[in-house]
Amino acid sequence: MADVTTAASTQQGSDGSAPLERNEHKGSPARPVRVIVGAVGMAVTAWFVCNAFLAFAYYPHWFLNSGILIGVLGLVIGIGGSLVFFYFLNLCIEGFPTRFAEGLIPYAFLLPGFSLIAIFLLYPTVQTIVYSFANDDSTDWVGLDNYTAIFGSGAFWSALLNNFLWILIVPVVTVAFGLAVAVLADKLSPSGEKTAKSLIFLPMAISFVGAATIWGLVYAYNSPGDSQTGLLNAIVTALGGDPQPWYQIESGRLNSLVLMVILIWLQTGFAMVLLSSAIKGVPEDTVEAGRMDGASELRIFWQVIFPQVRTTLIAVLITVLILVLKVFDIIYVTTNGLYNSDVIANLFFRKLFTDQQAGQASAVVVVLLLMVIPILIYQVKSFRAQEANR
Amino acid sequence: MNGTMKDGRKRSLVATITMPLLALLWTVPTIGLLVTSFRSREAAASTGWWSSLWEGGWTFDNYATVLGDPSISGSLINSIVVAVPATVLPIMFAAFAAYAFTFIEFRGKDVLFIAIVAVMVVPIQVSFQPMLDLLGPRGLGINGQFVAVWMLHTGFGMPLAVYTLRNYMSTLPNSVVESAKIDGASHFQTFWRLVAPMASPAIAAFATLQFLWVWNDLLIAKLFLGGGDNKTIIVSLQQMLGTQGQGAELLTAGAFISMVIPMLVFFGLQRFLVRGMTAGSVKG
Repeated sequence: MADVTTAASTQQGSDGSAPLERNEHKGSPARPVRVIVGAVGMAVTAWFVCNAFLAFAYYPHWFLNSGILIGVLGLVIGIGGSLVFFYFLNLCIEGFPTRFAEGLIPYAFLLPGFSLIAIFLLYPTVQTIVYSFANDDSTDWVGLDNYTAIFGSGAFWSALLNNFLWILIVPVVTVAFGLAVAVLADKLSPSGEKTAKSLIFLPMAISFVGAATIWGLVYAYNSPGDSQTGLLNAIVTALGGDPQPWYQIESGRLNSLVLMVILIWLQTGFAMVLLSSAIKGVPEDTVEAGRMDGASELRIFWQVIFPQVRTTLIAVLITVLILVLKVFDIIYVTTNGLYNSDVIANLFFRKLFTDQQAGQASAVVVVLLLMVIPILIYQVKSFRAQEANR
Repeated sequence: MNGTMKDGRKRSLVATITMPLLALLWTVPTIGLLVTSFRSREAAASTGWWSSLWEGGWTFDNYATVLGDPSISGSLINSIVVAVPATVLPIMFAAFAAYAFTFIEFRGKDVLFIAIVAVMVVPIQVSFQPMLDLLGPRGLGINGQFVAVWMLHTGFGMPLAVYTLRNYMSTLPNSVVESAKIDGASHFQTFWRLVAPMASPAIAAFATLQFLWVWNDLLIAKLFLGGGDNKTIIVSLQQMLGTQGQGAELLTAGAFISMVIPMLVFFGLQRFLVRGMTAGSVKG
């Protein structure tokens, strides 16, 4: 994310001094009625929303078994409920003496959001680490058995190797393509640029499953001699080669490379959009100065433009990297890990869902968690640097 | 080829040749899907899709069959039922948090926001087993219902939502909030009347990202909604992908149908999406 935001974040200087102007002149004493009404209101709202949501799940026939009705009611109750909840929360806090209320309100605003993060992300992370030391239905401790089992299996190391190949290849190639498209599109006429960028951005709206369907038609394989319905094999045979079953070629992990193409195809548009706006942010006079000196376009790119978009480049690289670490859908719906094309996230899914081995699945995901820790540290560091520049 | 464009820039030969090629390369696979979806199973199995461009023989049967299948058309509706609340619900909670992070000074603010940045990187896989316990028969017993998936997507989307909205809100002029305060408005009023409307571009950007993410998600839909009556269109599509022979022709039509709504949302809100992304929002 790094410097992407700098253009828009300059008026932050006054932020630090803002809270000094507290409304001391109109500080009010405690108003217990407000506190009580607010607290009761919050409790009733929360109770009602929770029960309504549970009713959607337990008694769908109350709602005529209609998904649409449940969806609409869920939307109305969810939004209305949270709004009413925040209203009562605000009322309750305003009932306290002003100085106390002022201190309390930020935490009150953060509470619902952080509760959700705690319930759905923090608690499960800890729980998963705990489960990784327990047996398959999490009823007994097994010590390090799960880790011994996964580290002792060839399938795990093969998946890990594939993950490293994905990490090494996909982010770099995606960013390279994104950069190339961003630079070249910038040199087209405005309408040409818009069309080209839209076409390359479009796959971002497509699901991994949809993308696998699309590329299935490119990689389709028919026996030699038959008419090839896959685009790639049709080209190969037209050039005089033999058709290849692309998903099954294990040598050199070529099948993984073939699958990586799908993800690169999906993500290039994302890289292009961010890099393109960074390139457009490069001051024109620095480029002009290079031109005046008679530098070639290529030299201007590497010596003037590239250094100025480097931060964005790294931010995009990291984002794609995080995505690649968790790549699952593409492998699941194409090879499902056969022919040595497995990756960690798919191995996890198979252990959890197909093999019902919760213990080993948790151990696999702990490995995944360890893999993201360096990225996590990097992200926090770069965020701090970015904030320091504000 | 040579010469200048209307705005006076020189035409670039490399760009004029390479870009159409790249754009074509990026588009051809999707065109292949679209063309194949209008072909019969026999035709699709015997010749490549490109040959029908000159041979013709197109049919709407695949679409008629897919849309006529209650299991598939039902899953399309399910996808909407899942995606709309799962997109809107996180916004409410995140907006209040983002407001506090941007406009109120308090102890622990930096640490809490860094926690958000860190949590964005955590793979959601870590929460599946505990959540299957919590929402499944061992816990609340709501697994397989829409509510379960709404809650999960709301929780998982929260870090990105807070991050995106806070980044955008921090570009709003502080003076607006200050003057509201002097007028005696409470934080709730300031948020609701001033900041929320002003942050609407960022809200639209997050909503687009979250909608695409939820609609296109396979993992959570498969684990927490399953492949039964409540399955989403993406799970339907995944089930169709395994089909050989009879019914294989429906896959391409189904895939295209699954792509229509996200594409409409995507192109409708693309302007906001680009703005939101370039303001530093990225799905972790």
